[in-house]
Amino acid sequence: MSGIPHDHYEPKSNFTKGVESRLPIIGLLHTTLTAPTPKNLNWMWIWGIVLTFTLALQIATGIVLVMHYTPHVDMAFNSVEHIMRNVNGGHMIRYFHMNGASLFFLAVYIHMFRGLYYGSYKAPREITWIIGMLIYIMMMGAGFMGYVLPWGQMSFHGTAVITGLFGAIPFVGESLQTLLLGAGAVGQPALNRFFSLHYLLPFIIAGLVIVHIWAFHSTGNNNPTGVEVRRGSVAEAKKDTLPFWPYFVIKDLFALAIILTVFMAVVGFMPNYLGHPDNYIPANALATPSHIVPEWYFLPFYAILRAFTADVWVVQIVNFLSFGIIDAKFFGVLAMFGAIFVMALAPWLDTSSVRSGRFRPMFKWWFALLAVDFVVLMWVGAMPTDGIYPYISLLGATYWFAYFLIILPLLGVIEKPLTPPATIEDDFNAHYGPKTGGTAAKPAE
Amino acid sequence: MHLLSHADDHQGTRRDFIYYATAGAGAVVTGAAVWPLVNQMNPSADVLALASIRVDISAIDPGTQLTVLWQGKPVFIRARTEEEIAAARAVDLSDLPDQNAENENSVVGADASDENRALSEDGVWLVQMGICTHLGCVPLGEQGEFGGWFCPCHGSHYDTAGRIRKGPAPRNLLVPVASFVDETTIQLG
Repeated sequence: MSGIPHDHYEPKSNFTKGVESRLPIIGLLHTTLTAPTPKNLNWMWIWGIVLTFTLALQIATGIVLVMHYTPHVDMAFNSVEHIMRNVNGGHMIRYFHMNGASLFFLAVYIHMFRGLYYGSYKAPREITWIIGMLIYIMMMGAGFMGYVLPWGQMSFHGTAVITGLFGAIPFVGESLQTLLLGAGAVGQPALNRFFSLHYLLPFIIAGLVIVHIWAFHSTGNNNPTGVEVRRGSVAEAKKDTLPFWPYFVIKDLFALAIILTVFMAVVGFMPNYLGHPDNYIPANALATPSHIVPEWYFLPFYAILRAFTADVWVVQIVNFLSFGIIDAKFFGVLAMFGAIFVMALAPWLDTSSVRSGRFRPMFKWWFALLAVDFVVLMWVGAMPTDGIYPYISLLGATYWFAYFLIILPLLGVIEKPLTPPATIEDDFNAHYGPKTGGTAAKPAE
Repeated sequence: MHLLSHADDHQGTRRDFIYYATAGAGAVVTGAAVWPLVNQMNPSADVLALASIRVDISAIDPGTQLTVLWQGKPVFIRARTEEEIAAARAVDLSDLPDQNAENENSVVGADASDENRALSEDGVWLVQMGICTHLGCVPLGEQGEFGGWFCPCHGSHYDTAGRIRKGPAPRNLLVPVASFVDETTIQLG
């Protein structure tokens, strides 16, 4: 991998020389593991490792769950109960997998907001950001399809709602929905193919993760100052960086241990806290649960989907201008996917010359409001659709779009950023004094 | 010289032709290989097999509803009360978000009057798909602001004729192909 200047691997024994000349895999692993990493990374830079671990956890638990699960409408629910009651340790494996999904999304949201605050999406890291967004979309697909598999009430009617999103597309929607479901309604064909794709997607995600890491190893990590590592020479780069192994590995593993402690407590003591009791009722096509709610990690976007009803003037104008092709239903769907799309466009919408939010006095507040907005949308997405809630979701959805489409481009013009430190070394020394840098066994905190 | 340049030209066009032919054949073969992989996702023959069912409606009292499963989807069969019929027929059609009858038994373009949606002349029997036209949840009967159906998922309100009145759903509840076999039996499909 290219990127920051670093010492290259030199095979020493005859054996490693022999391997390396035939397949330079030891050098590749060595370069990857000892990648020069900015030594001022803070605790927000641990979530990548948490995510990698969680992906491995989900794949491992998922593979063994499949050994006991049956993707058939008459047997799926019972096979999950079989896992819970009969399979040795099955209940814990399933609870790990269930809550692992929550950990996955919690970590990915923090990881994404880290990127949004410190400007990790900005040049030259646009490709890393875009691949990250692709991974996130794949995660949403895998999460949704996994939730269908137990074939409970929420699984069944959630599937009807989510595939209905595609049905809202003008002209081709109905055929597309039929293609996705393999029938006019949710049933055996849908369950069977979701099972197939739920097994496939994590491996596509794993492939994308490798490309994601490849991309930011080429550009180098961003860091809290947003200042680039100096690349004049290996010696210069070493003043700004420490090798990933052992410094950051130990730091990340320490953070992972703490997070897993909390995770274990959730899995052990409150495994169903984040789920819905309705999904322990077998699927019944004749009755929709009185209150359909997706999993917590979909709620912000679900709130945006519901925010744009036919009485909102923007919807009415768009409906009129498109000669009725874009109705309220399709508008909601466009808004939901659009909310993710504008996030993916952040690298081109942010016009500021300064990368990190740490040196952007106005941006800081707008960003904080975006984080609050995200939490508010998550809360309102679980609320009923009457009373004041539709107005809150509309307000929240509007700010989400305004942040990316108006505030980010404007701030770069009107804001006067502070001056970031000249080098990462300066930033590090300002915090810890020049003596500890690079020589202490303690990694940067 | 003349021969050589002629041969060059000739060779050039022939090579171009081979490029295009190969690329074209490649595209066709790729399409031919991918299409079955996509098309297998469409409904299989057994799913498509047209099923029609007969429903005994003798036990449905006025003001109650029977929900049956037909082709994997719920169908509401309701015996409406006089009040419900009167309420549905008192509505000004221009107030309706969806002006179409959405009835597969009536002519295309029929308006959304209650007469055009009810299965029987007297308006007592209303047969419709129990699928919200928004995102496909099953609406709840005798609820909502118009006394008809209410979809709990995203808050769509339907009136006593199953017509959308408020909320995100774009269309009236669909009326499937249905007919009376005899006085107490309805055939769906």
